[in-house]
Amino acid sequence: MRFFAITRATLAKDVRLEWRSKDAINAMLFFSLLVVVIFSFAFDPTAEESRRIAGGLVWVAFLFAAIVALNQTWARELRNQVLDAYRVSPAPANPLFLAKAFGNFIFVSVLEALMTPLFIVFYKLRALGSAWELLPIAVLGTWALVVNGTFFAAMSLRTRSREIMLPLLLFPLSIPALLGMVNATTAILTGEESARFWIALLVAYDVVFTVACLLLFEVVLEAE
Amino acid sequence: MNDIPHAVVADSLIKQFGRFAALRGVSGEFSTRKLYVIVGENGAGKTTLLRIMAGLSHPTRGMVSVLGNRNVKEVRAHIGYMAHPSLLYDEMTGMENLGYFAGLYGIQQASNSAATCREVIASVNLDPDLDRRVGQYSQGMRQRMSLARALLNDPKLLLLDEPFSNVDSRSAKEMAGLLGQLRNGGKTIFVVTHQPALLAEVADEFVWMEAGKIVKRNSSLEASPQ
Repeated sequence: MRFFAITRATLAKDVRLEWRSKDAINAMLFFSLLVVVIFSFAFDPTAEESRRIAGGLVWVAFLFAAIVALNQTWARELRNQVLDAYRVSPAPANPLFLAKAFGNFIFVSVLEALMTPLFIVFYKLRALGSAWELLPIAVLGTWALVVNGTFFAAMSLRTRSREIMLPLLLFPLSIPALLGMVNATTAILTGEESARFWIALLVAYDVVFTVACLLLFEVVLEAE
Repeated sequence: MNDIPHAVVADSLIKQFGRFAALRGVSGEFSTRKLYVIVGENGAGKTTLLRIMAGLSHPTRGMVSVLGNRNVKEVRAHIGYMAHPSLLYDEMTGMENLGYFAGLYGIQQASNSAATCREVIASVNLDPDLDRRVGQYSQGMRQRMSLARALLNDPKLLLLDEPFSNVDSRSAKEMAGLLGQLRNGGKTIFVVTHQPALLAEVADEFVWMEAGKIVKRNSSLEASPQ
């Protein structure tokens, strides 16, 4: 019971801090907007070409933009060493991790909700497969990005160049998830094949890495 | 836990950061219900010792027992810790900050939590209704709010690192008086400070540290080490 109360309180606190500062959301939006505009000028693809490349483009843009939110999540806890106040309390470690991951999930989801219409307009996108399947792909793919991202951002917290360290740790491990997201999205946009296999891959990836992160987070939090 | 004679027992504590030894064999027994003032030059190991007592740092060698328990994690609910930085979120008000931390200590019910937060904020002479974010506080107000956060869980052991830094002399004297009252109320208090004279009237013992070791313990400030 207390586990969920602490998770909820920490999540509410993070959302409140982000609402007041808008540090992560503004930076992510600006970055994604640049990607959409620059790529649309650089390629000018036909509708058919768009369907083939949009999956990769969209998810790579979201992945890079998510890094901003992920770094910001823990940077907030380093100011005034507030993380020590959590560590010195009797609260268990995992509610902190889950709250941060849920918080990042919300921030990246807001970004996706705002940017997807722009992608559709700029790349003249229309799904030829079952479009509703894009929703579970978005949920599973976003969770795959943020769960590992939150964990590795915490790990790189005490390193000197953590902004560089996070992508170095996160990107190689995200390749299976990225393959799943991109191929599933492309399959639905082109309507040429089923996305079921890639969705199953994303489910497995999310389960494995969520469990692993929960098992290891206490060690990361207590590290000096 | 109420009957333990020593709040903290340290035995040959060594703490190394790479090649640098911050603590070089600290040993000592510290009784309950006393106010200890830890004094020493920068780099003497005062903050490191305090962080080990708080469970935020682990000794490289040696043993520490806090409130009768060698595993500090198990007694965290009874420890209050105030660091040199405020350990507060600048973007939230004092009440919002304390409300969040109250939840971490299991002070869950909304009415209890709010009442406790108001009480501790008032105890450090701040206004609980102050609708200003902590980032807009003066340094002295921030220090007092930080002390309020450390008192939130009504700890048996209070660890304070430089509580008087950037606090005006009147507020510092008020804080010193409050620490005396808290000790009289049964708390064990450790204060790391460069202004030990402020606590001369209320302290039970002064502990001098030098180069990672305790070099002297005395009940009065006059007898400083050579």
